[in-house]
Amino acid sequence: MSTFSERIRNGVITENPIFVQVLAMCPTLAVTSSVVDAAGMGMASTVVLIGSNVIISLIRKLVPDKIRIPAYITVIATFVTLIQFLLQGFVPSLYKSLGIFIPLIVVNCVILGRAESFAGKNKVFPSLFDAIGMGLGFTIALVVLGSIRELLGAGSILGFKVFGNSFEPAIMMVLAPGAFITLGILMALLNQRSINKTNKVNFKIAHFHEIDPVTGECTGCGSCAHTCKK
Amino acid sequence: MRLFSIFISAFLVNNFVLSRFLGICSFLGVSKKTETAKGMGLAVVFVMFLASFMTFVVYNLILVPLHVTFLSTLAFVLVIAALVQFVEMVIKKTQPSLYKALGIFLPLISTNCAVLGMALINQQEKYTLVESLVNALGASFGYMLAIVLLSGLRERMEANDNMPLAFKGLPISLITAGLMSIAFLGFSGLKLGGI
Repeated sequence: MSTFSERIRNGVITENPIFVQVLAMCPTLAVTSSVVDAAGMGMASTVVLIGSNVIISLIRKLVPDKIRIPAYITVIATFVTLIQFLLQGFVPSLYKSLGIFIPLIVVNCVILGRAESFAGKNKVFPSLFDAIGMGLGFTIALVVLGSIRELLGAGSILGFKVFGNSFEPAIMMVLAPGAFITLGILMALLNQRSINKTNKVNFKIAHFHEIDPVTGECTGCGSCAHTCKK
Repeated sequence: MRLFSIFISAFLVNNFVLSRFLGICSFLGVSKKTETAKGMGLAVVFVMFLASFMTFVVYNLILVPLHVTFLSTLAFVLVIAALVQFVEMVIKKTQPSLYKALGIFLPLISTNCAVLGMALINQQEKYTLVESLVNALGASFGYMLAIVLLSGLRERMEANDNMPLAFKGLPISLITAGLMSIAFLGFSGLKLGGI
């Protein structure tokens, strides 16, 4: 039980994929124009993450090191294809609004990153809990962003009008610019919180895609198996 | 005329980065200096052009005749990753100067959502080969435009000593990209015959 709660806490708070690790920026910006889309994408990604983490953890001793990454990508792509057809069949409206970002879950850094750094080295149950934690953290972050954008941009949450009829929504918030600006301000707030708490900036936010001088690790898509360049 | 509409649509109206949100990770990450931004942009043009050709071939000559189009996501990812590896090896051996300019960006592009996204769009819109290539050129030049513009802005912001510490790096880049996106929204009024 302790592994479960530890992994959940890790995924949601300590190593939240969007707010702490600053990964998967593409879907974060694209699908958060409404809470429904955000929650849908979060849950779809969570399902793929759980499936791929479990399978990769099961086969981790059988896969030769050289073809590790293509093997992981094959497993992930299989689950993404499954989810694609399930969504198309059962929730066609969500499928339409998420568009090409459903197949793009394949190149979601969170999923490949967790496969590489956790599932490939740990047993099945911790990997399962890790997937649940990360997926939950990802979904929560998306829903937070989506609520802000939908509330200000359409005056509603989940389709229900929150403010009265005289509220003039800032439509820009649900369009492309709103995504960038909302995420930028949120990142600045998180960075400020990090400065207040630890007197240092959150390295991954302040130096996106560079090499951390302390850990030698890459920020951005660093947990993907590609070399980082300055 | 239709080709021109496709090009302008991918280049300006539905700019890949600022409207469609594809390729954001590398867009924000590699835009610190204009020199590297230009290199990254050229690498993206190169990879997207080849990738659109390869994925068109794979889709129409392998997946469709075998009735396995549901494998397109998997096939595209593997094809693109293999293509980038192969291209990197070839360039390293034959054109070392070109490798110096572009080679280091190639690994960053292979699991980039921009290239895969473009392949999927080509498949969705059922473009012919020429239309796919034009779409790829428009999209990649649009990416290059956006990243070079952002890098120019970021270079100047680096010199700003008064920037609040919390905003340095990603937050101010995101907000700047948002302002650029508002500007590009203006292109949505472009009406072209044929599309």
